[in-house]
Amino acid sequence: MADLRSPLARVRGLGSAQDGTHHWWLQRVTAIALVPLVVWFIISMLRVAPEGQAAVRAWIASPITMTMLILFIAVGLWHAALGMQVVIEDYVHTKGWRIGLDLAVKFIAAALIVAGIVAIFKIAFGG
Amino acid sequence: MAEFALPANSKIDRNGAAYPAPSGAKQVKSFKVYRWNPDDGKNPRIDTYDIDLADCGPMILDALIKIKNEVDSTLTFRRSCREGVCGSCAMNIDGTNTLACTKYIDDVKGDVKIHPLPHMPVVKDLVPDLTTAYAQLASVEPWLKNESPAPERERLQSPQERAKLDGLWECILCFSCTTSCPSYWWNGERYLGPAVLLQAYRWIVDSRDEATGDRLDQLEDPFRLYRCHTIMNCTKTCPKGLNPAKAIAEIKKMMVARK
Repeated sequence: MADLRSPLARVRGLGSAQDGTHHWWLQRVTAIALVPLVVWFIISMLRVAPEGQAAVRAWIASPITMTMLILFIAVGLWHAALGMQVVIEDYVHTKGWRIGLDLAVKFIAAALIVAGIVAIFKIAFGG
Repeated sequence: MAEFALPANSKIDRNGAAYPAPSGAKQVKSFKVYRWNPDDGKNPRIDTYDIDLADCGPMILDALIKIKNEVDSTLTFRRSCREGVCGSCAMNIDGTNTLACTKYIDDVKGDVKIHPLPHMPVVKDLVPDLTTAYAQLASVEPWLKNESPAPERERLQSPQERAKLDGLWECILCFSCTTSCPSYWWNGERYLGPAVLLQAYRWIVDSRDEATGDRLDQLEDPFRLYRCHTIMNCTKTCPKGLNPAKAIAEIKKMMVARK
């Protein structure tokens, strides 16, 4: 189909989406939250991991560890999903692919967050 | 899906015509210039012009004008003021977008490679088609909007308010920054690009303008504004030494501040 609209009409398109700041801000908030969470996770792993499986399971079962681990997994994957959305919007120009990949990223992130929480609960409460 | 390959007709023939320097030339420098003619059906090519710098002005634009006048009158490029205020002669010189009229030939080591501004449709040779970029500029309505009754005399502005426009009003709209931006390359039909966003900010911070909120509304969009990923090519390349990346960051800060 020939596009005989004026350049200005094409640039204006469907107008402003009235959206974007929320995504941008959330990306920054999750990034800031990840700074202490990642530092905590690395230090904990260096400390606990060499002590063997039983020690790690006992460590995970403590309430503070559970809280921090769930936060680490959820915030980390949330941040990753927001970042992947930007990458997809940048590089994928076919509308169907863009929406499909974005949905896939969101679903995978949600599934991994839930799976992580279930795994932690199973270790803590499952016996 | 994403496009990974360039179209077949964008493949450049590196061995175009060669124009040797006149005999007796004292200080020869090679200019490798992108050529494309929409009428001959051929792919773009690189022509080589050997120029005697002893008989040429100091700027890249001097060499281009010398080529057009004395060597090859078919070479096509835009130029007007020859002193860095009109923005017509923006092109990619030695890998960087800049103005041919303010770039010294001596600043380029080795051969001088000259291409049109990147990733825009080419009209001919070094002339890019800026239609979309100009329409994007029009879309941010870069003029004073004011609903209060017009005063008897000038609209007053304090020195501090006026100072906020410094680093913005100097933009000459050459689009060197916009065409250096990878985000604009990939999404130029929707992302407004650094030059237009700097212009938008120039009116957003103007204390005499009453449409700040409407202007921010127009930019509140994942593509129009938020394709900026602070790559900073815009600020690095600006031939006027301006900082479009900072202007965009200020717009984002205002977006958050009004939430």
